[in-house]
Amino acid sequence: MKHSILLYILVSGGVSYLIRVLPLTLIRKPIRSPFIRSFLYYVPYATLAVMTFPAIVQSTGSPLSGYIALAVGILFAYQGRSLPFVASACCIAVLISEWIIPM
Amino acid sequence: MKGFTKQHDLLCGLKDGIPIALGYLAVSFSLGIAMKNAGMNAAEGFFFSLFNLASAGEYAALQVIAADGAYLEIAIVTLVANARYLLMSTALSQKFSGKTALIHRFFVGYGITDELFGLGIAQSGALSPWYYYGALSISALFWAIGSSGGIIAGNILPARIVRALSVALFGMFLAIIIPPCRKDRAVLAVVLSGFALSWLCDLIPAISISSGTKTIILTVLIAAAASVIAPHEESAGEDA
Repeated sequence: MKHSILLYILVSGGVSYLIRVLPLTLIRKPIRSPFIRSFLYYVPYATLAVMTFPAIVQSTGSPLSGYIALAVGILFAYQGRSLPFVASACCIAVLISEWIIPM
Repeated sequence: MKGFTKQHDLLCGLKDGIPIALGYLAVSFSLGIAMKNAGMNAAEGFFFSLFNLASAGEYAALQVIAADGAYLEIAIVTLVANARYLLMSTALSQKFSGKTALIHRFFVGYGITDELFGLGIAQSGALSPWYYYGALSISALFWAIGSSGGIIAGNILPARIVRALSVALFGMFLAIIIPPCRKDRAVLAVVLSGFALSWLCDLIPAISISSGTKTIILTVLIAAAASVIAPHEESAGEDA
């Protein structure tokens, strides 16, 4: 059976919205638990780290160019460069390394 | 006086949102290429991105669409891939002033993404919804436009350019997680464990879980461990 793209869009969009809006509207008092507060503080860093590696290495033409992009990204991010700067530096690193190093 | 403040906050948010919007444009462009492969046209891609506003979530959903999977499957996959927004939404709920009207929570909630959340949570004091709307409006617009652009122009670009563009998403993630590592050793430990455990999960063949499931399990594990070993000090205050 061929599914409708429109329904796919509505279902995924609806789930995305509910996930984001339910805690925000249902939890309106300050959370006191130091553990939960601390947990919430660490969540974004853990999630993004897990999603970044090793996926970045698998997304390019060769693992090597992926590792180069990772190193370039970490270096510039560490220097506190802006988000678009770091993102474009990673792209350029892949472009140049795949051009120099034959795959 | 109040109107001035709203307008001021909106403009400030718009300005701070520009770098995020530009990053989104590049990333959603590469996502648009995947949308085209899943059979979407430019208008469908525009609304898909506008409604979902999620990189990993959309990517995961596209796998289901490309495979002509069930509606329930796309719901579960979207839930898992976006589960971190449940946690971010909970965190952001603590950032609202008691004086802010409830309705704003429904609109700000729509705009919880990794970057916008980071921007909002980094503001000192209570969150101004108008500041958030400024950053959100330009970011969401660019995110949707980029997807349509990718669908229309993706196939025209050479494969090596498309591959290079595909790391933009990860570059964006690095720009968020690496800078705080300089100041907070616990965050550094969280990021390094994230890298290491994620890599281990992929390496060990016995652990064959989808990347969405891996993300949520490891996130809960690492964030819980960090909270036990190194409870975050400032989280008692408002500057979390």
